[in-house]
Amino acid sequence: MNKFEQELRNGNFVCGECSKCNKLVWPPSDLCNNCFNNVKWRPISKIAKLVEFSSKNDEYFCIAEFENQIRVMGKVENILNLHVGQTLTLVKCGFDGKEIFVFGLGD
Amino acid sequence: MKKVGIVTGGTTKFTKTDISIESLLVSAIKQIFDNSSNLSQKDVDVVLTSTNANNKYLANITSELSGMAPKIAHSVESLCNSGTNCIVSAYAYISSGLADVALVAGAEKTDSPGLVLDWDKSRGQYKHPIYWSSMFTSAHKRKFGTTLEDLAYVGANNHRNALDTPYAYFEKPFSVEEIMESKPLTENLRLLDCSMPCNGSAAILLASENVIKNFCEQPIWMTGIGQKAISASFTKNDDLTSMKSTILSASDAYKMSKKAAEDIDAAELHDAFSICEIIELEDLGLVPKGEGGSYVRRLYDTKDRKINPRGGLIGTGHPLGATGIAQTIEICQQLQGKAGKRQIDGAKTGLIHNMSAAATSSTVLILES
Ligand SMILES: [Zn+2]
Repeated sequence: MNKFEQELRNGNFVCGECSKCNKLVWPPSDLCNNCFNNVKWRPISKIAKLVEFSSKNDEYFCIAEFENQIRVMGKVENILNLHVGQTLTLVKCGFDGKEIFVFGLGD
Repeated sequence: MKKVGIVTGGTTKFTKTDISIESLLVSAIKQIFDNSSNLSQKDVDVVLTSTNANNKYLANITSELSGMAPKIAHSVESLCNSGTNCIVSAYAYISSGLADVALVAGAEKTDSPGLVLDWDKSRGQYKHPIYWSSMFTSAHKRKFGTTLEDLAYVGANNHRNALDTPYAYFEKPFSVEEIMESKPLTENLRLLDCSMPCNGSAAILLASENVIKNFCEQPIWMTGIGQKAISASFTKNDDLTSMKSTILSASDAYKMSKKAAEDIDAAELHDAFSICEIIELEDLGLVPKGEGGSYVRRLYDTKDRKINPRGGLIGTGHPLGATGIAQTIEICQQLQGKAGKRQIDGAKTGLIHNMSAAATSSTVLILES
């Protein structure tokens, strides 16, 4: 199991950052996809921007973007009147065979 | 580079009937030999199989079961555009001079492991393709005012066209109303907006300009090829009203063939979901950006078959590894004037668009008579 999945199981969203060219590497990989150097794993900001959304059975799902580059799909909870570009907070993440990201408004 | 042409093709019925992948492939290949009287097994230099099935050594197995002992035999896998990727590989073997005759056969079964890309971490818990499709729909609706009714016209067109395609999975039409009222899968996607996974196979024969006249009188030439793999993760496509890989592969294919969108008489588009056809029409330059929705209504009202004359993936079904090959056979038949009830009068130049995994990769082929 790689570091990304290990940390996600513990509720931490981490990503590799290249120790040489400082690139944030996504999707997660042990080697930088720019210069092939080793990455250092670090936590990703909990603040994300809403890129797009839809719903299924009144439950919203979305694409959210972290640190202006990392995009993931996740669930949106407890927000009415979603609009593209708004700020979301990653309130929960985990791994149950699939990566789980849950967004809310935060504090 | 040698010119490469298409001789003929064959397609099995697309069904839910459980048949082995090898039997499907051999049934499609049989039609190639039935259709080309001068072709014998020993003429075939290359056998390529296209599938997402986990069967190993499939090109060799298929060759043996069809009495062929080719120089080159292997499989090509690239999810939903495996078929056109396989055709492009065959093209490369012939144009480079490594081979003169290549047989490409694709097949898939309903339970294909290629239906969902579990690897894609960026999709989170939303791995199934209905979710990326819904994201494209949300974006296109917001930016261009495309409606769910527009999407239903895509299905209505394709189901109507598929009635004249003997191998199609669906054998009855669906009205715009029936599509609108079909089971909602997400807020902006209904069951009849989706293509149906099924069992099926398609095979096509390619040959060099040196030998092609031995096998047919009316070869169709492959004059344009464009392929682009942006990523494997869905979320690398920045603008969700567009498919970046499609724009780039179309540009290369038009350039190679010295053709433009205005020259296209018949086009097969990868309508995995109805929104895909609308975005592809725009990204291939067949209609201005934002006008895909009104264009599909016009196609329906005028019974115009220019787009997806065989009924697309929505009307005929989507056996992944066979799809791109079946699309190519359709355009080939259109340009040979052999499309029967589906014939588009005077079609001379045609386009095939085949893509994978939320358009993270696309293939565009241009054929000419
Ligand atoms: Zn680096």
